[in-house]
Amino acid sequence: MKVGLFIPCYIDQFYPQVGIATLQLLEKLGCNVSFPLNQTCCGQPMANSGFAALSKNCDKNFVANFRGFDYIVGPSGSCVLHLKEHLHDEQHPGEAQHIRKHVYELTEFLVDILKIEKLDASFPHKVGLHNSCHGQRGLHLSSMSERMLPAFSKPQQLLSMVKGLELSLPVRSDECCGFGGTFCVFEEAVSVKMGKDRIADHATNDVDYITGGDVSCLMHLEGILKRNGSNVKTVHIAEILNSSL
Amino acid sequence: MSISKLSHAEAAEQFIKDEPRTDWHDETLWFVRQKRDKAAHGLPEWEKLREWASQIKDHTLSNLDNYLKEFESKAQDNGVIVHWAADGEEHNRIIYDIITHHKIKKIVKSKSMLTEECGLNEFLHAKGIETVDTDLGERIVQFRQEAPSHIVLPAIHLKKQDVSDTFHEHLHTEKGNNDPQYLTEAARQHLREKFIESELAITGVNFAVAETGGFIVCTNEGNADMGAHAAKIHIACMGFEKMIPKAEHLSVFLRLLARSATGQPITTYSSHFHKPREGQEMHIVIVDNGRSRQLGRADFRNSLKCIRCAACFNTCPVYRRSGGHSYHTAVAGPIGSILNPNIDMRANADLPFASTLCGSCSNVCPVKIDIHDQLWKWRQVLVAEGYVDTTKKIGLKGMAFVLARPGLYRFAGKAGRAMMRMFPWLLNNKLNPWYKQREMPAPPKESFRDWYIKNKQQ
Ligand code: SF4
Repeated sequence: MKVGLFIPCYIDQFYPQVGIATLQLLEKLGCNVSFPLNQTCCGQPMANSGFAALSKNCDKNFVANFRGFDYIVGPSGSCVLHLKEHLHDEQHPGEAQHIRKHVYELTEFLVDILKIEKLDASFPHKVGLHNSCHGQRGLHLSSMSERMLPAFSKPQQLLSMVKGLELSLPVRSDECCGFGGTFCVFEEAVSVKMGKDRIADHATNDVDYITGGDVSCLMHLEGILKRNGSNVKTVHIAEILNSSL
Repeated sequence: MSISKLSHAEAAEQFIKDEPRTDWHDETLWFVRQKRDKAAHGLPEWEKLREWASQIKDHTLSNLDNYLKEFESKAQDNGVIVHWAADGEEHNRIIYDIITHHKIKKIVKSKSMLTEECGLNEFLHAKGIETVDTDLGERIVQFRQEAPSHIVLPAIHLKKQDVSDTFHEHLHTEKGNNDPQYLTEAARQHLREKFIESELAITGVNFAVAETGGFIVCTNEGNADMGAHAAKIHIACMGFEKMIPKAEHLSVFLRLLARSATGQPITTYSSHFHKPREGQEMHIVIVDNGRSRQLGRADFRNSLKCIRCAACFNTCPVYRRSGGHSYHTAVAGPIGSILNPNIDMRANADLPFASTLCGSCSNVCPVKIDIHDQLWKWRQVLVAEGYVDTTKKIGLKGMAFVLARPGLYRFAGKAGRAMMRMFPWLLNNKLNPWYKQREMPAPPKESFRDWYIKNKQQ
């Protein structure tokens, strides 16, 4: 199984440890992983700001990097969702289509494709799970409170395999954190208020860490936590699943 | 009425300055959302109902011309006078003509977001005609000369104290008495008088049934009935999307509407109007006001399925924290953000961006409108039409340029991280909205790619 590792631009630049954890985890689980060296970005920042028309060349670059893989896996729900919904390449429509159908968010890949039932991981801490909206409602990584359908959660299923981890959910278990791409800058006041509220909800559970499948949400929450001198830390779910403390 | 000239982001920032009030607003609406969840959980067929509602509306919108004609002729057979209005102005003029023709002085109005959309109150006011809004929340905001901030709970931005002050000023209630029962009673007495005196009643329409020519008005206070039954003229105003084909379809919508709106199993009063009672005159004004344009936009026609339950408002994490007035339009919230750019693209270009695209709205919507996808699509349209500020355009163009070139991207990334390490004040300053209330991520020396080449590719 040839897996192309997709490390979104901001993870590549600011959170390399998340990329490393993702790679090591996939290798531990027996995947043949390679990281195409000329990848940049999925194009989502442009598209969500109304400039989808500008992401053509970025899309093209993505297709050039990731064609030929059985699966493409990335540790970011929102980037993966964007690719699934919007990746286009006029010159290589077949390849673009293949990628759209075979790109997976990490936890989704572990549960649905690798069908992981146990993990050799340990993370002895109190952890709060932040369900990112694009992961949850977009990729259906977990059930949402708006719908009257059976409950499930892929990230939770994986976290339950980690030794020593004590999971707690906030009361509003699937409310948005307020990051929202360029929203976090253009609607700064609402964005920060939403983030503060998410943190407050987790804080009542006395968590040591807030985790999730999207570095973007975590980066936003981390920024607020640090500014306010909180002891709560953020950690990507790949880092927990790859951890053997 | 005071409609803010600020952009959504600016008005939201103002609103959030009073953080305890923001928290209270958020919690109050979240409480309604939870009531909705509980009510929906009580129906095992909830998702099926949503699907049916959505399909009935799809079908209706695809055959709207026929259903409207059928409705018109049935209503006329019932003795109702039917008017057609191309826009808000025509809607207002039709109503004004009826008023002046009968030399009416006293008018009561029950809640109708359409008349709000058309600016009827201001229009009549400018002509020297006063209407009294009889929904309690509407009356409160009317006293304060504010616009409603929510389509179901028009005064939800106000606390008891605010209402008490308003009533003290306008109804001479005891100063500082915040007892809801006392205040409601004062409003009730005041409104009773208005109902008795009124010669003409204006109501909205929740559903219009093509098969029967009848229409249904849902209120929790019964004020639409009181107005319509007491007055000798009843004018019902409806956007043309209120149509449903048959009376039997009502069961689907009435079950969804009340649960989605407030978590009630049924609205307290669902009043069915078919014909004028003896001696009464009944009018229906059917309004387009941009709806046919929206119907013609394949990407946005779905928005006309809306039954105005406001579930998308209550669930929206942005709405809950920015308040309805920040949307500066009659219909606020997520659905307002896709309806209003259709009415005026320039004035409302900010609204589709006032969302994180979290998708909660689309999933809570009882008629399955793909709200967050339409917000995304509006952004593309607005940018293509040039309704976006230049800095944003330059920024994103630059970004797209860099991200399409791997070498440049790596260079920029490395340079950027180095700058952040060496000259943190470059970004850690007031001009950077991220930094205002958040720390920047700590830039690592090495990107993932650098690490990969070093450790994996020897
Ligand atoms: S868009 Fe849907 S949820 Fe929002 S008010 Fe309309 S029907 Fe209700």
